[in-house]
Amino acid sequence: MRNLVILGAGTAGTMMLNKLDSILDKEEWRITIVDQYETHYYQPGFLFIPFGIYTPRDVVNPKQDYFPPGVESIFAQIELIEPEKNQIILSNGRLLPYDYLIIATGTKINPQETEGMAGPEWHKSIFDFYTIEGAKGLSRFLKYWEGGRLVLNITEMPIKCPVAPLEFVFLADWWFTEQGIRDRVEIEFVTPLPGAFTKPRASAVFGDFLGKKNIKLIPDFNIARVDSEQKKIVSWEEQEVPYDLLVTIPTNMGDTVIERSGMGDELNFVPTDPHTLQSKQYENIFVIGDATDLPSSKAGSVAHFQSDILQENFLSAIEGRPLRAKYDGHANCYIESGFGKGILIDFNYDTEPLPGKFPLPGIGPFSLLEETRMNHYGKVMFRWMYWNLLLKGAELPIESEMLMAGKRL
Amino acid sequence: MPEKIIAGKTVNVDDEGYLVDYKEWTEEMALEIARAEGIEELTDRHLLVINFMRAEFEANGTGPSIRRLNKKSGVPTKELYQLFPGGPAKKAARIAGITKPQGCV
Repeated sequence: MRNLVILGAGTAGTMMLNKLDSILDKEEWRITIVDQYETHYYQPGFLFIPFGIYTPRDVVNPKQDYFPPGVESIFAQIELIEPEKNQIILSNGRLLPYDYLIIATGTKINPQETEGMAGPEWHKSIFDFYTIEGAKGLSRFLKYWEGGRLVLNITEMPIKCPVAPLEFVFLADWWFTEQGIRDRVEIEFVTPLPGAFTKPRASAVFGDFLGKKNIKLIPDFNIARVDSEQKKIVSWEEQEVPYDLLVTIPTNMGDTVIERSGMGDELNFVPTDPHTLQSKQYENIFVIGDATDLPSSKAGSVAHFQSDILQENFLSAIEGRPLRAKYDGHANCYIESGFGKGILIDFNYDTEPLPGKFPLPGIGPFSLLEETRMNHYGKVMFRWMYWNLLLKGAELPIESEMLMAGKRL
Repeated sequence: MPEKIIAGKTVNVDDEGYLVDYKEWTEEMALEIARAEGIEELTDRHLLVINFMRAEFEANGTGPSIRRLNKKSGVPTKELYQLFPGGPAKKAARIAGITKPQGCV
């Protein structure tokens, strides 16, 4: 018997579990998945909770419901990965030996990394929307807010879902308009990036959207601290931005078990081959999703495209064949832009988001880098696909490799 | 690829003025690039950061992020911004003669 252990039962881990469970010979393989939490959150849905579009109930399901029968699932904290000994130590003392390991421990927000952020005003006038608690807190806050300065701040890159902060301010603009108080709210988008987004063409397009929606862009702002008494954020160069409501995207870091095990970089992300998804240090370890140090987006679509590649390379690895499948950095993101519309971007390591059309058999085409109703429906439809197809490892009508068809250079 | 004469030496630079081959770099060039960036003198602290950037680039093929710079070189983040006003990672990379740090998507 050989042991495959998957650490983390989020989007990436659950997908890999379902994919490999359906193809590995059960006479030969025992598969174990470990996670400390029993609830699976549909994280793209967190964005909609502050504006009352989704309720918390819309984004949760038991993790167990998405595990195939016959798989051993363990809900426990992971104390340590010992790659030299090919074993995992759980915090309850149990040892899990493995022949192959897939790390899918994701990324978390770390507000305590920034001075003054996680203090007494945390979830009172300073909120995140990357956790269910933050999203719910914001929803309560916004219900009673009568207006003022809403400042959205990205602490440092990389962050999970780099388009979510834009979606948040777009939706905020729509929501305050619906509430009839848009004229009493100033919205500012404060980012360490030189523009609205990481890549030049998309950055220019999103920058225009911000302008049209009367959202002020403050680029090149690297936050040093939050002064929660004076209600302002201060950069390392002593630039100050006052706020009444601060919506922050705190520093994103990989799981602390990665740090404890000495396997991560300075942000606890695991050094990973950008194409094969094999750990750079250990041949029998693969890494997928937000846990990697790859320069691709930390997003569900990325985990999904990677899962196809990882499946192929995993099968090659266990049979001693060379790893031929290559991940190209493909990401595909629906961006809610408010007022029932959305924008779609599709890109990879080498090709930045371009305008044009995105063909999708049976459903598309969608418009790229343009605001349409169809793109909004794409996003709405996706929640159903996530729970019913994606997590279960089913084939989706979208290629893991980015295609140039429809894109305009 | 554009060429540029820095400290009397002709080198290839990219569209944003970063050196294409870090091996063409000399300390004299660092000072000239620094002055063009508004940094008049390169102190020992500047040089510590610059040499760290070059060592990182040699080892990893990319310049470090500010967080990594802070954590591995021991220079406090606040000081990094004082030494290289307007963005230590990019500015120090330019002066150190390495390519622009890879942004994340």
